[in-house]
Amino acid sequence: MSEKETNRRDFIFLATGAVAAVGVASAAWPLIHQMNPDSTALALSTIEVDVSGIEVGQSITVKWRGKPVFIRRRTRDEIDLARNVSLNDLPDGLARNNNVINTAIASDQNRSIEGKEEWLVMLGVCTHLGCVPKGQSIGDSRGEYGGWYCPCHGSHYDTAGRIRKGPAPKNLDIPPAIFLNDSVIKIG
Amino acid sequence: MCKSINFSKIRQLSLSLLGVCILIASSSNFSFASGEDVSKVKEQDWTFSGVFGYYDRAELQRGFQVYKEVCSSCHSMKYVYYRNLSEPGGPGFSTDEAKAIAAEFSVTDGPDSNGDMFERNALPSDKFVSPFENNVIARMSNGGALPPDLSLIAKARSTERGFPMWIVDLFTGYQEQGVDYVYALLNGYEDMPSDFNLQDGMNYNKYYPGNQIAMYSPLSADIVEYADGTEATVENMSKDVSAFLMWTAEPKLEARKKMGFKVIIFLFILAGLLYLSKKKIWARLDH
Amino acid sequence: MSKLSTYQPKSSLSRWFDERLPLPRLMHDSVNAFPTPRNLNYWYTFGGVLTFCLITQIITGIVLAMHYTPNAELAFGSVEHIMRNVNYGWLIRYVHAVGASMFFLAVYVHIFRGLYYGSYKAPRELLWILGVVIYLLMTATAFMGYVLPWGQMSFWGATVITNLFSAIPIVGGTVTEWLWGGFAVDNSTLNRFFSLHYLLPFMIFGVVILHIWSLHVTGNNNPIGISVKDEHDTVPFSPYYTVKDGFALVCFLILFAWFIFYNPNILGHSDNYIEANPLSTPAHIVPEWYLLPFYAILRAIPSKIGGVLFMFAAIGILFLLPWLDTSKIRSATFRPLYKQFFWIFLANCLVLGYLGSQNPEGGYLIASRICTAYYFIHFLVVFPLLGIIETPKPLPESITKSVLEKIKTKKIDEKK
Repeated sequence: MSEKETNRRDFIFLATGAVAAVGVASAAWPLIHQMNPDSTALALSTIEVDVSGIEVGQSITVKWRGKPVFIRRRTRDEIDLARNVSLNDLPDGLARNNNVINTAIASDQNRSIEGKEEWLVMLGVCTHLGCVPKGQSIGDSRGEYGGWYCPCHGSHYDTAGRIRKGPAPKNLDIPPAIFLNDSVIKIG
Repeated sequence: MCKSINFSKIRQLSLSLLGVCILIASSSNFSFASGEDVSKVKEQDWTFSGVFGYYDRAELQRGFQVYKEVCSSCHSMKYVYYRNLSEPGGPGFSTDEAKAIAAEFSVTDGPDSNGDMFERNALPSDKFVSPFENNVIARMSNGGALPPDLSLIAKARSTERGFPMWIVDLFTGYQEQGVDYVYALLNGYEDMPSDFNLQDGMNYNKYYPGNQIAMYSPLSADIVEYADGTEATVENMSKDVSAFLMWTAEPKLEARKKMGFKVIIFLFILAGLLYLSKKKIWARLDH
Repeated sequence: MSKLSTYQPKSSLSRWFDERLPLPRLMHDSVNAFPTPRNLNYWYTFGGVLTFCLITQIITGIVLAMHYTPNAELAFGSVEHIMRNVNYGWLIRYVHAVGASMFFLAVYVHIFRGLYYGSYKAPRELLWILGVVIYLLMTATAFMGYVLPWGQMSFWGATVITNLFSAIPIVGGTVTEWLWGGFAVDNSTLNRFFSLHYLLPFMIFGVVILHIWSLHVTGNNNPIGISVKDEHDTVPFSPYYTVKDGFALVCFLILFAWFIFYNPNILGHSDNYIEANPLSTPAHIVPEWYLLPFYAILRAIPSKIGGVLFMFAAIGILFLLPWLDTSKIRSATFRPLYKQFFWIFLANCLVLGYLGSQNPEGGYLIASRICTAYYFIHFLVVFPLLGIIETPKPLPESITKSVLEKIKTKKIDEKK
């Protein structure tokens, strides 16, 4: 077989193989992507919560992306308590707030909603192993720091939802949350 | 070898018997309405038919308006979500418009923290609200007849295409049998022949199997005022609402046909390459 | 006809593996080196196409099962959920639904290829029988699969066919209730059909392995039906037939893609887009097109038990085919009379299929009876008789000679 024929032969096989490989990959993608969240899940990836009925000192829990979100309208005392904490006393110094840059420090201002310091919106999922901390209902234990207490392994969170004592490594996560108007918070 | 049995005669006999069967089959005037005078449904022109089919956004929006203002008083649409109205490949409302449309309706939710069910405005993530809570109430409100859910109606109906059309349809991609039927039905409330025995509470329709349908003619001129100024004739409204119903039945039509084009072109290219490869390989023999 | 393996492990790792589990050796011997007759035409590519169809149905089926709910209240809605909400759900569903039709199209071509070229004759009787077993399993799988969307046709088709079991004398009613798990087709039936529909394809896969194994023991038949004499008659399966099968598969995929993307519902029935209603029967209950010939036979016989027996006999008789055909010649190429009857039989099957879609009354019923009669006459009378009385055409000496003869004739034609 001549040199030219060999080259042409190899090219055809190469081209066929390459095109076939593209075909297989294109066929595989839908089979993989179908396991990603479907449009009903994605539709609930943002929710709007009417908070107009929440009094000062009151908390509600809403479900967002399948998980509980704690929304609390804090009292003046709780805000002051959070602000008087030195940042050196915090096991986790980062704000863990999706609404600010990820290097922001865990000051109370970086934890509450900007311009509305009464309002705390956090994922009610303990950063240790995922239990739902107590503190939302009136009779609940609030731990030693007046915020939330996780009964599973004894993590204590303060009035800004920051970890103070116990095995949890991080402050409670804050999801994207903004006030659309005076009475509605959009989460997600 | 026995030549006494004349096989060519047997062959001819068998072939002609088969031919007779085929003739009987194709010429029989068989109608699904078992004998009644149901008119043949005509093919209409739709933007979504054919290899390059697409939905006309304005048409779907007008159709939605007809559904909302006329049909939704009796017919549910339980597989469609309000958010579908703003998703690609559909009527093309904006997300705010879809949200506003949803908010016009109220859904039961709950239980709340007191254990009570409560009413709230529908969200885009909710399904279309049904006019009746269940089928029993629906029947009671409609003289015992159940208005069918319309989400899939364009795929749940068909027309008798006859021979050889059903073979031709396989290769022309004709899939509008259902929507042509719906359009015909909405325009089929014509004058009844004088000798027709119409039962109480029923209406005469040229295209409905049996010619008697419980639904009265839902469309009349100007029953809807179109936002874009299109004249609200019965033909226009039935065209628009039929197109809308095609979309509710097949929301992924545009994506499907677009992908199909790319896939088939790709397969032709790959087939060509494989053919050349095959020829090259087989040429190694006997040269 | 087992030959010595030609596999040479190239690396020390492959040698280590080969000493413990000769799987790569098996793959090499079956797919790479397997000596295949050099004269196979494109009708012989459908085995490969069928393997692809089986794998496609299994993969799309498993994916659909991630989103489908096999409960009578929720099934129909879950299928709509797949069509509307799941990413590419509409695509995967349509591939699976159209895929079932394509699977049967391919299997019918494959079967008729076997009938034409005498691939069922000695020494391939068991190969043929395994094939009929696969076909039976496919029919059961398809029947149960069609019930799962829980549309009107799903429900009523299931009702009609499961009711047939009540025709069995004495135990019929009990057996039918056992099948249903109740007094009618209902949620219990749906749940167990889902379980079995998931199971059966893997049994098909197992029988396919046996089918291919059996084929490799005897070697392939070929269009002239002459056995392989020496290595000149064959070529290694790879790359000759892997690439040829690949080309045929892609052509098949073009037809497959046409239906998926441009007419996915035409092979189905519009009534199945209406949710199942046990209180309302559709005007015409019809199975999917690939089951229509059997439906015609079922309704052609006036008695219920008779219809059931004849319907199952129509497939059962295929098991006896290697012994019903008395001809010593395999391929219809050299059997001029048999060739004619082959085409008559094919036409008969097509007409039976059409008749299955029509109402069994008047001219249609008479035609169904004639065609059913011919179906059995073809196997029970024509096959045995032809072998005795037919004069075959002269056979070529070998595969190679016949291929060279063809090339010579082609060259002479080109010179002209």
